[in-house]
Amino acid sequence: MQYSPQLEQRFQKLVSQYPWKRSALIPLLLYAQDEVGYLSDEVIADIAKRVELTELEVRNVISYYSLLRTRPAGKFVVQVCTNISCMLRGAEEVFEHCERRLGVGHKQVTKDGTFSLEEVECIGACSWAPAVQVNYDFHLNVTPETMNKLLDDYQNKTRQ
Amino acid sequence: MKTIYTPTPLASHPDEVRVISKRFGQGAHEIERYIQLDGYKAARKALEMKPEEIINEVKASGLRGRGGAGFATGMKWSFIPKQSDSPKYILINGDESEPATCKDRLLVEYDPHAIIEGVIIAGLAVGAKTGFIYLRGEYRYLLEIMERAVADAYAKGFLGKNIFGSGHDFNILTHTGAGAYEVGEESALMESLEGKRGLPRLKPPFPAIKGLYGGPTVINNVETIATVPPIILNGGKWYAAFGPNEKNGGTRLTCLTGHFNKPGVYELPLGYPANKMIYEVGGGIPNGRQLKALVPGGSSTFLLNREEAESATMDYDWFAKRGEFLGSGGVVAIDDQTCMVKVALRIMKFYQHESCGWCIPCREGTDWLKKTLIRFHAGAGATKDIDQMLYLANNMAGRTFCALGDAAAFPTISIVQKWRNEFEQHLGGRSCPFEKVGDRQAVLV
Repeated sequence: MQYSPQLEQRFQKLVSQYPWKRSALIPLLLYAQDEVGYLSDEVIADIAKRVELTELEVRNVISYYSLLRTRPAGKFVVQVCTNISCMLRGAEEVFEHCERRLGVGHKQVTKDGTFSLEEVECIGACSWAPAVQVNYDFHLNVTPETMNKLLDDYQNKTRQ
Repeated sequence: MKTIYTPTPLASHPDEVRVISKRFGQGAHEIERYIQLDGYKAARKALEMKPEEIINEVKASGLRGRGGAGFATGMKWSFIPKQSDSPKYILINGDESEPATCKDRLLVEYDPHAIIEGVIIAGLAVGAKTGFIYLRGEYRYLLEIMERAVADAYAKGFLGKNIFGSGHDFNILTHTGAGAYEVGEESALMESLEGKRGLPRLKPPFPAIKGLYGGPTVINNVETIATVPPIILNGGKWYAAFGPNEKNGGTRLTCLTGHFNKPGVYELPLGYPANKMIYEVGGGIPNGRQLKALVPGGSSTFLLNREEAESATMDYDWFAKRGEFLGSGGVVAIDDQTCMVKVALRIMKFYQHESCGWCIPCREGTDWLKKTLIRFHAGAGATKDIDQMLYLANNMAGRTFCALGDAAAFPTISIVQKWRNEFEQHLGGRSCPFEKVGDRQAVLV
């Protein structure tokens, strides 16, 4: 498995810094996913070897964590929080707007592979609700109108 | 470096007492600026103190765990054995996931060195040489801020070998999660840091005896640990005096969310009247509506009705006397046009999603309650379901390894008991009396 030199360097550091090698597993998986896009069979086999676990043990961990995925997602993963504080301030309308605009539902990917849509649980931005996270970027106090503009901006990024 | 993610200026109110938020918005994520603003003075002071003196100062402060459980911090530290064959650890819980809670992120963003300094002091107090700062996976930009702060502290000689030239060694590692509410529970947090599924451990043994990697471990919330440096610098009594008594010492970051005119994170003294918090600090309820319900501290707490909320005092004692909990500082105001069945359903949907499935009462109970609430909200509930929900919730509480089962049960019990009439209004195939035409049902998926 070939990663970028920066990621390879980070991996070397991670597997050596904990009292138990296995502690590096979750960061390894998340950082690999950031670069590759998802946890492919090849990535899983590679990481299992690095932390001296079986592939099954690694898959067992992957299935527990909501950010980890074993299938490709869109280039931009649009995560709309609809938990209580966001729901009370209109998160459902924001989510609905995304569904209509993107033509996909929860955990689906647009045909062109640009966007994934997800309804997510609390992302810790409750005083600035509704909150949306696109990949790792937070967007706060979102309305259907600003959401529309946001999606335009991300769409334009793909054309650049 | 990108740092401005949270809207600035942050909300503020004259009644705030800024102990841990005093450096917010002042560039204190830069180590030189932090030092200018009294940074690392407390760690230097602690290096001159005996471990018991540090612990006694924290005990005197009345500081209690700000993650939500409210356990006395000094007491927790004192449980760590002086002698131990295996290394001791400090583990900082930055998995902030309790719905309505958004305070730890501000500390990491605006004052990351306060967290580092707190970890060093905790290490000196209990004889640990390694600290871990675990942040939830969604907080990637915060992890980058934290990583940079740690690197800067190493470069200054405040971390690593011979810290501050004292002869003591101390190391800090930052660590990312990957999305899991359950991991905020202390034993599940340790499992996650060890690279496993975040399942809770059976206690005893408690983490103070056998925790991370089998060693004695102190686990503190981000806000709790960031409060330690000002306590060491100014004294436990100084901090305690902000609150009404020594069991409810100091201040806490209070996150006002939901139906407030002025939502935001405010540092309020313990014992602050909820009435003022709602109508003055939070600016009251928008759109000329009335308050119907208040979540006092994260969605795991018992909800208060308007009368209770307006007479509450925001400290541990007021809630403990009622057999309830002050919680995590995440306050939600709910106005009188909101359907409480829907609120109960949304809360339960969360716990059902996040239950790790280890304990049957929680795994089955949350699922059953969610299904019942879906049915109810859709107008297909039966009268017997109301008591059935109470029966289920009461049988989840206290019957699981960790508190997630309780966390799902408590809000449900309070909503069903206090707003039983709203459940009755949904009976007999009637549609939700609060629902606007065309309202989305996707919350029910």
